[in-house]
Amino acid sequence: MLHILNKSPLEKSTLDTVLRLAKSGALLLIEDGVYAATRGSAAEPKLREAMGRVAVYALMPDLQARGVADRLIEGVATVDYEGFVDLVVEHPNCQSWL
Amino acid sequence: MTPKKFMLVNRKAPYGTIYALESLEVVLITAAFEQDVSVVFVDDGVYQLKKGMQTKAIATKNFSPTYRALEDYDIDKLYVEAESLAARGLSADDLVAPVKVVDSAALAELMEQQDVVLSF
Repeated sequence: MLHILNKSPLEKSTLDTVLRLAKSGALLLIEDGVYAATRGSAAEPKLREAMGRVAVYALMPDLQARGVADRLIEGVATVDYEGFVDLVVEHPNCQSWL
Repeated sequence: MTPKKFMLVNRKAPYGTIYALESLEVVLITAAFEQDVSVVFVDDGVYQLKKGMQTKAIATKNFSPTYRALEDYDIDKLYVEAESLAARGLSADDLVAPVKVVDSAALAELMEQQDVVLSF
């Protein structure tokens, strides 16, 4: 499953829930969700722990828009909008978390 | 047409936002189209099922009895995440409808099996 997350990990606990319920597959961080993929954020250890079982992606346009593209945690892959579409196609199902 | 497996994931408390009620509407729509529906309650979503709601004074309809009626629409797959219940000091006895309480690992497994997952 592809999990799509658009909330800041510092404002909402959605990331915790996603990581609790994401067994495998991929996590795509978009919009304010990309803050979870930045070095030094409080979410970094949780994300690193999850990277063993889930492939983590962040949407580059959203990283760039927030000025954090150069702070990406190592091992997080970036995708553009076309890559976003590819991820949706590649996975049997997806969930856009609210 | 082969029914699809739909899962609705409820993560919001009932009256602060419209999500819970909207989700319930979608549950009933999917049931009308005879799809295979599972309804899941996680995080604050478990508060949607709390017994004893009295909403008169906030001038809002108490829609929690509807969850009890879902069985009449052949929706009998209600799942509540054990961790979410525990974090709120609740147990299955506090809920308006008979549900299956499952841990996050079991819920993750169920999620993987769905054709469509909708978040509320």
